[in-house]
Amino acid sequence: MVARVIVTPKPVVNDPQGLTVKQGLASLGFRDVADVRVGKYIEVNLETTSEHEARRQVEEMCRQLLANHVIEDFRFDLEPERKRR
Amino acid sequence: MRFGVVVFPGTWSDRDCGWVIDQVMGHELTYLWHKDTDLKGSDCVILPGGFAYGDYLRTGAIARFAPIMEQVGEFADRGGLVWGICNGFQILCEAGLLPGALIRNASLEFRCEWTNLLVERTDLRYTNRCDERDVLRVPIAHGEGSYFADPATLSRLEQNGQVVFRYCDAGGRVTAASNPNGSLHNIAGIVNARGNVLGMMPHPERCAEAELGGTDGLKLFRSVAEGAMKVLVP
Repeated sequence: MVARVIVTPKPVVNDPQGLTVKQGLASLGFRDVADVRVGKYIEVNLETTSEHEARRQVEEMCRQLLANHVIEDFRFDLEPERKRR
Repeated sequence: MRFGVVVFPGTWSDRDCGWVIDQVMGHELTYLWHKDTDLKGSDCVILPGGFAYGDYLRTGAIARFAPIMEQVGEFADRGGLVWGICNGFQILCEAGLLPGALIRNASLEFRCEWTNLLVERTDLRYTNRCDERDVLRVPIAHGEGSYFADPATLSRLEQNGQVVFRYCDAGGRVTAASNPNGSLHNIAGIVNARGNVLGMMPHPERCAEAELGGTDGLKLFRSVAEGAMKVLVP
């Protein structure tokens, strides 16, 4: 299984990167941008083929290391391993 | 008094701390490699500044899993003195030994400059050589030093008097203009409830000799090393 984990700053946490990107977009003429938040994308390849087992493990990975619960939220989805080219 | 200075791959202030301990103060010094599994009789363990493990993922996130950190955690639980400076503060937060987290500076810039710190606790092992509401001039050097904690944690810190250092102006006034990184409540350093674990972003080891532009940092080192007799906490 492949887990695609997205880690984002919690809404209450100031995100200066997001604010700066927002200003950049505004200066390019994207006037409709209301808010930008910058997070992280992490791909985890698991040996298991069980979605249930993968979900349990990735949940734990996020809690213990991939995200810091004080400042970040996480979410992920799972898909069967893509065929290697 | 024996100080143990922890060295992770990527630590950069270990020798600066060591210099103050053995050359400036003449106290016992031992370096603790991240793979060590004992503290070699240290009375105070310092987690110095730098970029432990490259600060991969988040600052301090990987360092907390180093073999030495298990011992550091147990030492802290027994009331041992654990002092995190800059990256060391970030590591202590990631390890859960101190509450909150350090995030990207509000300016997005790496700030390397002198700051003024209002000392709000003088009954600690770390600050007993400071005067009440002392203002210390201590440099910072960090890109991710903006202190964050949720509102409940912040108010608990304030109520318990766990905020030890706050960024202020030269006159001791805590102002927005004196906050170099966007830290909530201008927080520059906090202590755990028991008073034995201190984390601070500024670098006292870089202002411990007149040749370096100031000696205010030495007050903290001397507090730890020689101020034990007037200690109230712990």
